[in-house]
Amino acid sequence: MTVKLSKNQKDIVKIVKGMDKAEYISAGHRACQGCGEVLAIRLMCKALGKDTVISNPTGCMEVISAIYPTTAWNLPWIHVGFPNAGSVGSGVEAGLKALRRKGKIADRRVKTVCFAGDGGTVDIGFQALSGAMERGHDMIYVCLDNEAYMNTGIQRSGATPFMASATTAPAGSAIPGNRTWKKNMAEIMVGHNLPYVATCCPSYPEDMMNKIRKAREVVGPSYIHCLAVCPTGWRSTSETCIELGRVAHETGFFPLYEVENGVYRITVDIPEKRTPMDEYLKVQGRFRHLTPEQRAIIQNRVDVEFNKLMNKVNHSVPWV
Amino acid sequence: MTDKKWPETWQEVNLGCMVFDAGNARTYLTGNWRAQRPIWDNDKCIKCGICYVFCPEGCINKTSDGYYAADMNYCKGCGICAYECPPKAISMTTEEV
Amino acid sequence: MSKRVGMEVTTACAEAAALCRIDVASVYPITPQSHIAEHLSSIVADGRIDAEYLTVESEHSALSAAMGASATGARTFTATASQGLIFMQEVMPITSSLRLPVVMAIANRAVSGPINIWNDHSDIMHTRDCGWISIFAQNGQEVVDMTIQAFKIAEHRDVLLPININLDGFQLSHMVEPVEMPDQEEVDRFLPEYKPYATLHPDRPITMGALGMPDMFAEAMMAKNSAIVNSKKVILDVWKEWKKLFGRKYEPIESYKTEGAKVLLVTMGSMGETAEIAVDEMREKGVPVGLLKIKLWRPFPFDELKKAIKGASVLAVTDRAVSFGGPGGPLFSEIRSALYDDPARPAVVNYIIGLGGRDVSVKDFIDMGKRALKAESKRPKEAYELFGVRAS
Repeated sequence: MTVKLSKNQKDIVKIVKGMDKAEYISAGHRACQGCGEVLAIRLMCKALGKDTVISNPTGCMEVISAIYPTTAWNLPWIHVGFPNAGSVGSGVEAGLKALRRKGKIADRRVKTVCFAGDGGTVDIGFQALSGAMERGHDMIYVCLDNEAYMNTGIQRSGATPFMASATTAPAGSAIPGNRTWKKNMAEIMVGHNLPYVATCCPSYPEDMMNKIRKAREVVGPSYIHCLAVCPTGWRSTSETCIELGRVAHETGFFPLYEVENGVYRITVDIPEKRTPMDEYLKVQGRFRHLTPEQRAIIQNRVDVEFNKLMNKVNHSVPWV
Repeated sequence: MTDKKWPETWQEVNLGCMVFDAGNARTYLTGNWRAQRPIWDNDKCIKCGICYVFCPEGCINKTSDGYYAADMNYCKGCGICAYECPPKAISMTTEEV
Repeated sequence: MSKRVGMEVTTACAEAAALCRIDVASVYPITPQSHIAEHLSSIVADGRIDAEYLTVESEHSALSAAMGASATGARTFTATASQGLIFMQEVMPITSSLRLPVVMAIANRAVSGPINIWNDHSDIMHTRDCGWISIFAQNGQEVVDMTIQAFKIAEHRDVLLPININLDGFQLSHMVEPVEMPDQEEVDRFLPEYKPYATLHPDRPITMGALGMPDMFAEAMMAKNSAIVNSKKVILDVWKEWKKLFGRKYEPIESYKTEGAKVLLVTMGSMGETAEIAVDEMREKGVPVGLLKIKLWRPFPFDELKKAIKGASVLAVTDRAVSFGGPGGPLFSEIRSALYDDPARPAVVNYIIGLGGRDVSVKDFIDMGKRALKAESKRPKEAYELFGVRAS
C-alpha cells in the first residue's frame, strides 16, 4: 500500500535524514501536552547547532525548562528578567565579541539568540528589543508568539488576536474579548532596517529551520516571528497543534514570509483561494463566543492585512 | 555534585543557583502526565520520521529496526504524532491506570 | 609611576575604569553621571582601550546588558544616578543573586518627585537591600582608588558580587580635583586578568537564572547574605594591599579627631570634608566634637562602628535621604539598630541634610555639633530632624 504524501509532508521527510539528532532541549521539560512553542524551540536549536548562547526572558519557556536544580538546556542559557531578553542578549553578544577579539575565549563564532514570548517581545520587552536591533548586535531575536501571557494564566498581550477571549480581555456580555488587532512585529522590525526578518511556524519545519539557518548567517541583527500554537490557552485540542499552524498560514492570517534587505517573499505557497477564517476560528475555544457578524469583521481585516503584504511582495525593492 | 541529596543545605546550593549538569531535566519523568498513549502499527508505518519531527518532547526515536517508538518515561500523550502520521500508523489508546 | 593630575572627578572615574582594562561598558547617560559616560566613550573611540561600549537605550538595559556581558566572563562597567538607578533596580538583586561582579559608579542624585538633578543619597538608599557591595567616596582620589579596588573586590573568588561606588553628584562628580592617577603598569600589577567562576559558552553549557522553588529559596538567600557579609574580609585585604602599593589608607569607618570627643558627627560621602573643617573649628574652641566618616555601607561595618564610637555620649548622624513615615534617615536607623543591644550605647540623633543639592555649610555642621551636645542630657522630642527646612 503506497501512501501519498502532501508536498508539505514530502518537505519534512526530506529533512529528517540530515537533521541534527541532538536534543538541545531535553525531554523532562514541563511544557503542556502538545505545546507548539517548545516544539518550535526544539527544532530551531537543531538548526542553530551547539555554538549558540541563549537569552531567555521570563515566560513559558523559561519556567518549563529551568527549575533549580534541573535544566532541560543542553546549550548555554541565561534568564534574568521579563523585559530584558534583548538587552541581556546584547550584553552576551558584546561580551563574546570582546573576549574573542582579545583572545580570551576560543576563536570561533558563537551566535547569540534570544528566545522570547510575545509578552516579552511585543509589550514589556519591546524597548530592549528595539534598542538591541537598532544597535545592530550580531544576534537573532526569535519571538515565540502564543498570543497571550500564557505562563501566568492566558492574560492578553499586544499580540492577542482581535476578539480572542483572554483572562484580562474576556468575552463578556458587554465586550467581546480583546479589542485591538494584533501588533505586527515583523513589520516593525522591517522598519528597524534589519537585513533579515521572517515569520515561521513549526508546522512547516523545513521552512522554519531554513529561516533560522539564514538568520544565523547574517552578521548583524535578524528577527524571526514564530507562531506558537498553544492548545491550553487557545482552547484547542493538543493533537491539532500542527494542523492549526497550517490553517493559520493557509487563511493568510499568519502567512509565512521573509524580508531580505527589504525584499518581501512568501516562502510557503498559499492557495489561491485562501481557507476561510471560520475554519480557523471554529476549532478554538477562545473564539467560540463570536457571532457570524464578528467573524465577518475578522475575515475582512485578514483580507486587508494579507493584501497589504502581497502589495509589498509584488513591489518591494532591495535596500542595497 | 551528584553526591548532594535534595533538599540542599544553603552551603550546598550551587553558586548563583547555576545549574551545571546540562539537560539533567531528564531525571524528571513526565510520562505520568499521560491520559493516553501512542501505539505504533509497524505494518502501516512508512518510516517517514514525521512523528519524530513533531514530538514536542523529542522522545520519539528510531528503534533498531528503523521504525519509531516513544519513550514512555516522557511521552505526555498529546496525540500530535498520531494526528500527523501520513499512513495513520499511530493510534492513541487510553492509558491504563 | 603615578602622576599627579587635576581633572574633573567624572573624568577621573572613567580613566580609572579604563585602567582596569574593562571588556564591556554599557552605559545610559543621566545627569550628573553623563560625563563619566561621555569620557569613557571617547577613551574607547580613541582606541585607548579595547572594549565594547554599548550605548543602550535605557538604564534597565544598561544593567541587563552588563549582566549578559559579565555572564560571558567579560569585565564589565556601568554608571548611573537617581531615576536611572531605580529604573535598573529591577535587575539589581538578580545581579547579586547570579553572582556577577559588575562594577557601577553612581553619581548620587535626588530621586524624583519633584524632579531634581542635584545631590543627595536618596537614590542609593532606595536600593539598600539589593545585595550589592556599596562604598562611598569622599573626594576625587577616593573615587579613582575605589573604582580600581572595586574590580579586585568584586572578582575575588570568595566574593563574586556586584559593587557600586558612590560619588556625590555635582558636589563631588563635577569638581576638578588633584588626583594621583596610577599608571597602567601599577594597575596591571594590582588587578590581574578576570578569571570567572563559570561562563556562558558552548564549550561548557550551563544554565544561569533557573527558577527557585519555595523549598530552596530561603537557602539561596542565606547563601547570598553569607556572601556579602563575608566579603568584608576581602575588602579589608584589598585595602591593606592598596596601602602597601600606593600608600593610601582605606578603612570602613575613618575617624577624625575623635579622641575625647563627647559628640561624634557621622557623615557618608563628600560632606565629610566640610564636617572636618567644622570639627577643626570646634576643637580649636574646645568644643568636644569629633567625626566619623563611613566609607563601607554594605556590608555594614558593625565591628568597626562599635570600636569607633567608644567613649562618645552622642552620635549626630547625618543622613541625606528621608525614609518617609519611617523611624528616621537610613544611616541613623541602621546605626541605632546596630547599637541597640550595647549597654554603653550613646544617644543617637539624626539630622537629615543636603536634600536635593541644598548646600550644607561649615556653620551648619557646627550648629549640629553644638545642638547634639545638649542631647546628652535632654533627648530631642523627634527622633529625626530635616535640618534647615523653612517652616511657617
